[in-house]
Amino acid sequence: MSLFDKQSLIALKSIVSKEISRYFRIWIQTLLPPAITMSLYFVIFGQLIGSRVGMIEGISYMEYITPGIIMMSVITNSYSNVVSSFFSAKFQRSIEEMLVSPVPTLYILMGYVLGGVSRGILTGVIVTLVASQFVEIDIFNWGVLIFVVILTSMLFATAGLVNAVFARKFDDISIVPTFILTPLTYLGGVFYSIKMLPEFWQTVSLANPILYMVNAFRYGFSGISDINIIHALLLIGVFIISLLTLAYYLLAKGIGIRS
Amino acid sequence: MTVNALEIKNLKKTYGNSFEALKGISFNVEQGDFIALLGANGAGKSTTIGIICSLVNKTAGQVSVFGHSIDSELEAAKRCIGLVPQEFNFSQFETCHQIIVNQAGYYGLAKKVAIQRTEEVLKLLSLWDKRHERSFDLSGGMKRRLMIARALVHNPRILILDEPTAGVDIEIRRSMWQFLRELNAKGTTIVLTTHYLEEAEQLCRNIAIIKQGEIIENTSMKDLISRLDIETFVLDVDKMPQEFPCINNVCFKKRDESSIEIEVPKEVALNEVFSWLTERGINVLSMRNKSNRLEALFVQLTEEE
Repeated sequence: MSLFDKQSLIALKSIVSKEISRYFRIWIQTLLPPAITMSLYFVIFGQLIGSRVGMIEGISYMEYITPGIIMMSVITNSYSNVVSSFFSAKFQRSIEEMLVSPVPTLYILMGYVLGGVSRGILTGVIVTLVASQFVEIDIFNWGVLIFVVILTSMLFATAGLVNAVFARKFDDISIVPTFILTPLTYLGGVFYSIKMLPEFWQTVSLANPILYMVNAFRYGFSGISDINIIHALLLIGVFIISLLTLAYYLLAKGIGIRS
Repeated sequence: MTVNALEIKNLKKTYGNSFEALKGISFNVEQGDFIALLGANGAGKSTTIGIICSLVNKTAGQVSVFGHSIDSELEAAKRCIGLVPQEFNFSQFETCHQIIVNQAGYYGLAKKVAIQRTEEVLKLLSLWDKRHERSFDLSGGMKRRLMIARALVHNPRILILDEPTAGVDIEIRRSMWQFLRELNAKGTTIVLTTHYLEEAEQLCRNIAIIKQGEIIENTSMKDLISRLDIETFVLDVDKMPQEFPCINNVCFKKRDESSIEIEVPKEVALNEVFSWLTERGINVLSMRNKSNRLEALFVQLTEEE
């Protein structure tokens, strides 16, 4: 198979549809929890606490946190889809089905990443629908919004794959989400503007890549951002290229999947 | 000149822990052959298969499948191969139908063709009735057949089976034998590894034996079997002889109260043995080899220093 022939595209489609049917098959574990968790965020942080916080950057607290909460679910789900699916395929050795077949390595990578992107976007849509029950949703810039959500889910889907390649046991696939992803997301400006922080912590926050994604998405959502949107998009782009290159190298070398 | 189905030259594999699994093995498999690749546990059989199917990275050497080098034409080589691995390696949560259709997709078969081929191979392996069941719920024998069905979905020219009958009952094993014979008769080259030497003797025309990462024997099954100098038979008799002599180099030995063992050199005919027993009014009720002939040779070859 060469990269752009029909057979390769069929193989890619097979991987993507396998990934999509996987998370639909276990929708109670994959699609329902974000809807419930994010509803709780909206009720507790948005309605109960938010009513006492007042306005941020000229909009209500509920409106302010909505893009961050949507982005949080996109990040978590695109990452966890690929890390669990790829590791599970390694664990059950069903990854060998692909390794013995003539699917180009790039398409194995793309298949898993697109699977993760689709789940990230789908949960993003679900959470947006939940959010629409609490706030009026009026999109500022659809182009930026869609672009950022696709890039971010692609980035975290790829990061999930890299994690899964190195993982040797199930504990290893929860370490990064628990100890790195969740703290960075919470500290990434989901619930507050970094302008509310002392100057030192504002500077520290700029080292958090998730801050750029949340703010770029918030810009597309409501036109508000703590970060220059071009800087944010460039940073996301650099991260994606770096991670895709790393993931491709790992798969092509067979690290973690071939003896 | 006809290209070989498989050509392996000076293949070496050293794992990260410095274990040298293959020390430069070379052998060829002709198109249409049915060859047994035998060896004790850890001899290097699965490593060899893993390298051919690109599940294991080789350290050195060359492998080509129907003339396609795995170094320069990997995808073309992969397209020729169907692999039935030793361990179950499908998603436990997918149905038999999904597993086969997905595998067909990985080989680039269009959806319509994939569904058609899936039906064919599931029916061929008597799994069509189970097509909607999750692989997790299948019996061990059915899982083995599912792996064969999956390996055949893209019509491979060479089928590699790594202990395909391990843990299945004799009835399923024999039906698999019949299936593999028919498949080979239709032109599919088959490479079989097994610990059931009777299976290898029954099915294979040629044999390669690996010991500690080296090929110690690569010949036809007929040639190998002919090297057996002595065969031991067990005779079930209706009464025991009074004495256990050696007649014309055939030595009698009591096995239990109703059977005797005789060791027969290959150049000696059995007529004299039967005559001697008949003269003493002893009837032979049944006769069998004490052990499989190939097994006797295999033990002899692999135990030699």
